[in-house]
Amino acid sequence: MNTWVYIFKRILSAIPILFIVSIMSFTLIRLSPIDPLAQMKLNPAISASTIEKEQKRLGLDKPIVVQYFLWASNFIKGDMGYCIDNTKVSTKIKTRILNTLLLSLCVIFFSWIIALPLGVIAAINYNSLFDKILTVMTSVGMAIPSFFFAILMLVFAQKTGFFPLGGLTSVEFSQMDMIHKIFDILKHLILPTVVLTTISLSSIMRQMRANLLDVLNSEYVKFARAKGLKYSKVIIKHALRNAINPIITLLGFEFAGLLSGAALTEYVFQYPGLGKLILEAVMQSDINLVMASLMIGSFMLILGNLIADILLKLTDPRVRV
Amino acid sequence: MDREKSNFFKKLRQDKIPYIAFWVLVVMYLLILFADFFAIYPASQSNRKLTYQPPNNIYIIDENNRLVHPYTYNYIKTFDKDTLEIVYKQDRSKKYKINFFSKGYEYKLFGLFKTNIHLISKDENCSLHLLGSDINGCDVYSRLFFGGQISLTIGFLALLISFPIGAIYGGISGYLGGKTDKILMRLAEGIMSIPSFYLLIILASILPSNMTSIQRFALITAILAFIGWAGFSRVIRGMVLSIKNQEYIKAIETIGASKKRIILKHILPQTSSYIIIAITLSVPSYILAESGLSFLGLGIQLPDASWGNMLKEAQEFANILYRPWLLTPGFLIFIAVLSFNVLGDKIRDILDPKTIK
Repeated sequence: MNTWVYIFKRILSAIPILFIVSIMSFTLIRLSPIDPLAQMKLNPAISASTIEKEQKRLGLDKPIVVQYFLWASNFIKGDMGYCIDNTKVSTKIKTRILNTLLLSLCVIFFSWIIALPLGVIAAINYNSLFDKILTVMTSVGMAIPSFFFAILMLVFAQKTGFFPLGGLTSVEFSQMDMIHKIFDILKHLILPTVVLTTISLSSIMRQMRANLLDVLNSEYVKFARAKGLKYSKVIIKHALRNAINPIITLLGFEFAGLLSGAALTEYVFQYPGLGKLILEAVMQSDINLVMASLMIGSFMLILGNLIADILLKLTDPRVRV
Repeated sequence: MDREKSNFFKKLRQDKIPYIAFWVLVVMYLLILFADFFAIYPASQSNRKLTYQPPNNIYIIDENNRLVHPYTYNYIKTFDKDTLEIVYKQDRSKKYKINFFSKGYEYKLFGLFKTNIHLISKDENCSLHLLGSDINGCDVYSRLFFGGQISLTIGFLALLISFPIGAIYGGISGYLGGKTDKILMRLAEGIMSIPSFYLLIILASILPSNMTSIQRFALITAILAFIGWAGFSRVIRGMVLSIKNQEYIKAIETIGASKKRIILKHILPQTSSYIIIAITLSVPSYILAESGLSFLGLGIQLPDASWGNMLKEAQEFANILYRPWLLTPGFLIFIAVLSFNVLGDKIRDILDPKTIK
C-alpha cells in the first residue's frame, strides 16, 4: 500500500513540472523573431484556408496568455497542428518516438548488460591491471564526441561494406517479408547502438565500481566475511544489492542523456528518430513541430525519471518522498 | 595556503596519467595563446584556387640521398576529363624551403606587440598546407590553433557565468527553505526537464543571423551557461541544506548577520572544493556542446574557426573518405576532453576526502 501511495505522489509531483516546462518552451519560442506561419505561407501547396485555420487555431490575433492556453488545450487533446509540409505533426511524431524508444532501449539494454559486470569485476579486483585498463578505457569512452565517433563508424561501415550507411530501413524494405524486415532493422540499429552504448557505458561502469567499492568497505560486508561466508556469496547476496540502488537513479539520468546525446548521432546516421526530427524542425523553423517535439522530449525525460524513482522505491523500501 | 598548494601538486604528480593530462592541457592552452606564432596563414585567409588540397609532403632527404634543409613541392590542381575528378599532382619543378623562426604575415601578439616571426613560415609562392586545406582553401593546420582559441575558452567562459548563478541560486534556495525553496527548485527542475541538447539547438537557432562574430560568440556562451546552471544549483542546494544546520551557522545567526552575508560569506565558501571539482568535470561537456552545436552549423559561424565547425565538412561523406585530414579537429576535441576528464577525476580524488583511498 505504502508503495502505491509513493507512486501516486510521485506522479502528482511530475505534473507541475510538465506545466512549467510547457510555459517555458512556449514563451521561448514565441519570443523568437520567427513568424510561426511564415514557412506555411511560402509553400504554394498549402491553401489559404489551411493557413487561416491554423491562424485561428493558434489564436495569433489574441494576447500571448490566451495563445498559450489555446495551444495547451489543443495539445492535450492530441491536436498538434500541421508541419510546414502539410502533414499532421502528431502522425509524424508518433513514428519518430517509437524509433527513438527502440534505439534508446537497445542502448540501455546493452550498456547495462556490459557495464554492470565489468564494474563489479573492476571493483573486486581494485587497483589490478584489469581495473586500471578499464579506468583508462572508460575515460576514453567518455571523451569521444558522439558525432565524431559516429562519423568514424560510418567510415568503418563504408570500408567493410557489411553495415548499412545510416537510416533505419533499406530501400527495398517494403517488399520484404516479416523476418527479413526484422533483420533489416536490426542491421541498421547496430552502428548507432554501438556509438551510443560506448558513450553511456563508461559512466554506468564507473558508478557501479565506485558504489561497490563503497559497500565493500562497509562494516556489514566485513562482518559477513568474518563470519566465514564465501566471498562470492558476500558479493552477490550482501554487497551487490546495496551497491545497485544508486545505479537505478542513474537510469533516469541516462534516459535523459540519451534523448539529448542521441540527437547528434541520429543526425549523422540519418536515423529517423526524435532528435533528428527536432533538428530538422529547428533548421526549417517549423514552429509547430519544434514545440511538439520539445514537449514530447521533455515528457519522455520526466517519464524516465519517474520510472527510475518508482523502480528505486520497489528495490529499496527506505526511500521516502 | 602555500603549503596546501604545494601539497596539491605533490599529490597530482604521484599519479603519472593525470600529471600527463595536466601538461597536455598546459601545452594546448599555450598553443592557442600563441596561435598566431604557430599559424602559417592568418585566420581567414583563403585561396579559392586550392580547395581541398592534400597535405604537403615534407622532405629532408633529397633525390641524391643527402640530408638537407626541409623542403616541399607545390601542388598543381588539374581536372581529369575522363573521370571528372579534380586531381592534385606534385609540381616537382621547384623546391620550396620551409623556414623556422622567420618572417611571415604580420600579427599582434596578445593584441599588443607587433611582430611577424612565426615558428614555421613559407616562401612567397609556396602553398604550404601541413594538414591540407578545406572547401574554401583555408589552411587546416593554422585554423586548428584559431579554432582552439574558441573551442577551449568558450567552456570556461560559460562556466564563469553559470557557476556563480548556480551557486547563489542554490544557496538562496537551500538557506531560505520553505516556499521560496519550492518555487526556485521547481523552476530549476523545469529547465532540467527539457532535454538539454534540444534546448541548446532551439536557443541557438533563434539567434538573429546578422550578428558580428563577437556578439555571436558571447551569446553562444550565454546559452551554454543558461543550460548548465540548473543542475549545478540543485547540488549546491543539497549541500547548503546540510551546512545550514551546523552550529557555527546558528552562532552567526544569533550575532545578527544578514542573510546575504551568511549565504555568501559563510555557507557558499564551504562548498568550494565541490565547486572546483564540478568545474573541471564540466568543462568537457561545455566543449562537447559547443562543438556539437557548431558541427550542426548553429554555433560559431564561418569565417570564424572552431573545432566544431571545422568538423562540419565531415558531414559530407566524400570528405571523410577522400580528405581524411579534415577530421583532425575531432582528435583534438577528443584529446582535450580526455585530459580534462582524467585531471578532473584526480582533482576530485585529492580534494574530496570521501573518495576511497
